[in-house]
Amino acid sequence: MMSGVDSDVFEQLVETVGRFARERLIPEERRVEEEDAIPEDIIDEMKAMGLFGLSVPQEFGGIGLNVPQEARLIETLCYASLTFRSLIGTNVGIGAQGIVMDGTDEQRERWLPGIASGDIIASFALTEPDHGSDAGGIRTSALRDGSDFAINGTKRYITNAVRAGVFTVFARTDPEKTGADGVSAFIVPADTPGITVATPDRKMGQRGTKTSDVIFDDVRVPESAILGGPDRLHRGFRTAMKVLDRGRIHVGAMAVGQSQRMLDIATDYALERKQFGKPIGEHQLVQGLLADCQAELHAARALVRASAETFDREGKAIVEASCTKYFCTEAAGRIADRALQIHGGAGYMAEYDIERLYRDIRLLRIYEGTSQIQQLVIARRTLAQRAGRA
Amino acid sequence: MKILVPVKRVIDYNVKVRVKSDGSGVETANVKMSMNPFDEIAVEEAIRLKEAGTAEEVVAISIGPDKAQETLRTALAMGADRAILVKTDEIVEPLSVAKILKAVVDEESPKLVVLGKQAIDDDANQTGQMLAALLGWGQGTFANEVKIEGEKAEITREVDGGLQTVSLDLPAIVTTDLRLNEPRYASLPNIMKAKKKPLDTKTPDDYGVDVAARLKVLKTEEPPERSAGEILENVDQLVDKLKNKEGVL
Repeated sequence: MMSGVDSDVFEQLVETVGRFARERLIPEERRVEEEDAIPEDIIDEMKAMGLFGLSVPQEFGGIGLNVPQEARLIETLCYASLTFRSLIGTNVGIGAQGIVMDGTDEQRERWLPGIASGDIIASFALTEPDHGSDAGGIRTSALRDGSDFAINGTKRYITNAVRAGVFTVFARTDPEKTGADGVSAFIVPADTPGITVATPDRKMGQRGTKTSDVIFDDVRVPESAILGGPDRLHRGFRTAMKVLDRGRIHVGAMAVGQSQRMLDIATDYALERKQFGKPIGEHQLVQGLLADCQAELHAARALVRASAETFDREGKAIVEASCTKYFCTEAAGRIADRALQIHGGAGYMAEYDIERLYRDIRLLRIYEGTSQIQQLVIARRTLAQRAGRA
Repeated sequence: MKILVPVKRVIDYNVKVRVKSDGSGVETANVKMSMNPFDEIAVEEAIRLKEAGTAEEVVAISIGPDKAQETLRTALAMGADRAILVKTDEIVEPLSVAKILKAVVDEESPKLVVLGKQAIDDDANQTGQMLAALLGWGQGTFANEVKIEGEKAEITREVDGGLQTVSLDLPAIVTTDLRLNEPRYASLPNIMKAKKKPLDTKTPDDYGVDVAARLKVLKTEEPPERSAGEILENVDQLVDKLKNKEGVL
């Protein structure tokens, strides 16, 4: 359990990030959408603000938030476009947490200070062309060659790969095994010979975020590159699952931040737009849409908080995290749909923010474990728990 | 050189202010508070002078309730070196504020006091000028640009007709206008470090100042609601209305 930041100081962090999101990030959203890139000066400001180090422990130059605090700050940040979160997302979450949780002292000292400052972008390379949800089946191999390992394979949809300074790469080290058991995690500097990062993908939403294929062609790394040291050979998949567990609460918090934004703009629209001689917010069917958004938003926020507290207290929250990711992102989808509906024809027009937010949040139900994978995790655990009682 | 920056805790500029039902003032319970925006500009200017090597130390001071500590922490997070809280739960009028500040100046001997030109709650626009008078110092109010050259300060002021530049002997008083600078966001690591910076707590009594109110608020009321416009048939009707109903012609 991480102690986190004192609560009075934490309130100031929330206040500052909220103001930064409203005053600096939201006004840049259209430009980011049009240019499909975050302006360099905004990237510099996000670095200066310390956003890349939210979850890195203070001893390595980060802010050292605990999980409930990280969730609340991410919710606050995600009042602005998810694209900005994506920039810091891998350093706060999946790209760095493996090193934080399971890294050796040397690995932590080597990488975490740069990750906290944002000078090193950390990227998480698990998904492959043929293995997304079935992550245990990955085919990228890392075979022993003398004292080194040679990594070969292709990773897909790797967030921030184009700016990455370091990858956490998951590869099969035991070719005899087909499941999750023979997989190891490696910390691989992005400038290691043999790594090619492909052109960034074109996507439906979250324009300005960068995802790409990463091709590993005989990339040689020493044994010391195994995340957690040589003892953790073949045990990388457990790290991946732990990292994703925490990440699911983080994604739930993102969904809550975006849902609040969508509800706010739909409410503003309902107050202003007049039909049949009065603001549409006075029509009861529109009120029904707003009420459903508000009720689901409250439920989602409470669920994020409860799961984050469980994770902090118990060091894991598998069912809770899956329920959180599943419910909050599906709720965000429904809230987006209603918020757009309240806008009527205007909601379909690119000049209204809801059109973009609707596309942006669609990804939440897919990445870091699709809703269907969450359902499996939740149901299997639920069944096993009842079957195992006696 | 040392710079003193007084900062005030006020209702946040984004809050829609409500008048108390008895008309005695505005509702401040459960209302979001933050640093007076003009004071933020003052803090920013002082920090820039420090970063440029012109100043060595920036001291922030606030007069107000215990909660004003938060405002001082914000100043410290932005880059002030230490802070003084003069604690009182009274509403302190500009003259009392100026008297306390004079006592602090006598103790701290700064070369420059940079203040917001006014606070957005009472809009008094008096403290800087009163402080200058009490100290017998020169003043550059409504500053749009601040240049320090040796023992002189060159202040460009925003005045009705445009810009006016004055030269002051140091020590001096500067009050800030909106366009002087764009205050920075305190970084998250600096917010955390701010908690470790020194913050002294004093009371008005320590400085021998009686903060009892000299002014009496008779009433406070909401601005009148804007009434709906009216479409007139012709110019004659308009002239008639302006002449006989509105009395403006």
